[in-house]
Amino acid sequence: MFTSPQPSPILGEGVQKIMKTSLSRLLGLLSILLFIPIWELIVRASNLPKFILPSPIDVWTRFLKSLNDGSLLYHTSITFFEVLLGLLAGTLFATIIGYMLAKSKTLEKILSPYLVASQAIPIVAIAPLLVIWLGDGILSKVVICALIVFFPVLINTIVGVRAVSSPLYDLMNSLRANRLQILLKLEIPASLPVLLGGLRIGATLSVIGAIVGELVSADRGLGFLLQLGDFQYDTSMVFVAVFMLIALALLLYGIVTLLERRFLKWQK
Amino acid sequence: MFLRNYSTSGSSQRHKIMNPKPALAVKNLSVVFDENDNKIHALENISFNIHQREFICFLGPSGSGKTTLLRLIANLIKPTSGEVNFMFGHPPKIGMVFQQPNLMPWRSVLDNIKLPLELENDIHAHEKALDMIRLVGLTGFEDSYPRDLSGGMAQRVGLARGLIHEPDLLLLDEPFASLDALTRERMWTELSNLWQAKQKTVIMVTHSINESLFLADRVLVLTQRPGKIKLDMPVDLPRPRKDDVRYTSQFGKLAKKLREAIE
Repeated sequence: MFTSPQPSPILGEGVQKIMKTSLSRLLGLLSILLFIPIWELIVRASNLPKFILPSPIDVWTRFLKSLNDGSLLYHTSITFFEVLLGLLAGTLFATIIGYMLAKSKTLEKILSPYLVASQAIPIVAIAPLLVIWLGDGILSKVVICALIVFFPVLINTIVGVRAVSSPLYDLMNSLRANRLQILLKLEIPASLPVLLGGLRIGATLSVIGAIVGELVSADRGLGFLLQLGDFQYDTSMVFVAVFMLIALALLLYGIVTLLERRFLKWQK
Repeated sequence: MFLRNYSTSGSSQRHKIMNPKPALAVKNLSVVFDENDNKIHALENISFNIHQREFICFLGPSGSGKTTLLRLIANLIKPTSGEVNFMFGHPPKIGMVFQQPNLMPWRSVLDNIKLPLELENDIHAHEKALDMIRLVGLTGFEDSYPRDLSGGMAQRVGLARGLIHEPDLLLLDEPFASLDALTRERMWTELSNLWQAKQKTVIMVTHSINESLFLADRVLVLTQRPGKIKLDMPVDLPRPRKDDVRYTSQFGKLAKKLREAIE
């Protein structure tokens, strides 16, 4: 706990608060704005060829070009679709199985060796297998995304459900609540903070999953664009693809943050 | 053998005019917990009856199985032997107030109080909860979250939630134990008034002699583990009881009797 500073007699506490938050936001923006000229400076000073390190202007021009011919939006939407589908499928399975594991110690003992093993194998190692089995279309990427999302969401579901306070179970039972009521009115809302924490990790991981899948074999998506740029010495294109991936991850992260604000407003 | 009997007892009809209706009969109740191969006798051979609209109090030192007794009546645990028979003619609705307020932190005051009605799919839940908020003096805090409430306010919400669905039986598990002394005494008066207004059958457990005498029609003293009933004493103090009843000689006499019964 920290003691709040005395409100200034001239500026109200509210005004001070707004100034503080806008200042901290400004700092983030400022660091990005500083990053670009530094990058430009490095390019000029090092005199590196464009296919090794393109300048911000080269990347910007490439970005506009691929935006105009529609290719960027096409590939981005493919990857976004894979990521979203994989995230949803992974989260769905992870919460259902996680709930069952949280409720049954026996089931947890039976399944835990497999779960731990599945985490010990890096996704990069099984991605080629999944592409062989499921083809190089969208399905294999969705499955890779789902797999990579599965574990953190599963663990958080187990932790969240196990942490539901037992006096609240007593309350629900004394009111003769049925299983469904206990699930909907106690277990889900009580474990939601931990669950959303898992989703936050899963959201960024699922972008990695899609790219890993696309790098193994694909004819579309940002991973494909990345590889294409690499093969053609179109390094500016690689940069554009990387920035789009960052944007995608930020977007998903933002969605989870919005969900947290909407459902966890009681926590602040 | 454990029987949960919901039928009305035959004898109640006969005594209807003369005596108040029976609510609950507990017969030869014993509970043994198995903890790491150690047998812990929590309760031994507990028998008592309670009438409808009666307020009884179990008084005992910690470890006398008071809470276990309440949990048995609430059907949260099963006894090793003995019976709990309800005589309401239907499965009893139970309201329970816990040692800690035990509120759902993600629900507002209003939504916490509404919970028992939601579970019954009561379409008038909202209006009833607003009435109850007025009754327990929480007007203006409908939309507050539990983290913003003081201990006394939070326990008022707990009390309101315990009463909102008009339970047949209200179970109070040392509800004021975690409050400071002044707030606790204020809550006694409030609970006493609430009980006067609602006329519920109440079973409360406590380790406070003053609390039990101020609130109850009857005080039952439990012994140290294994808990047995040592004394079953009617409290013939006039109602409604005001704060100053605690300074009367009758109150003092009863308090002395209870103190002597507790080991």
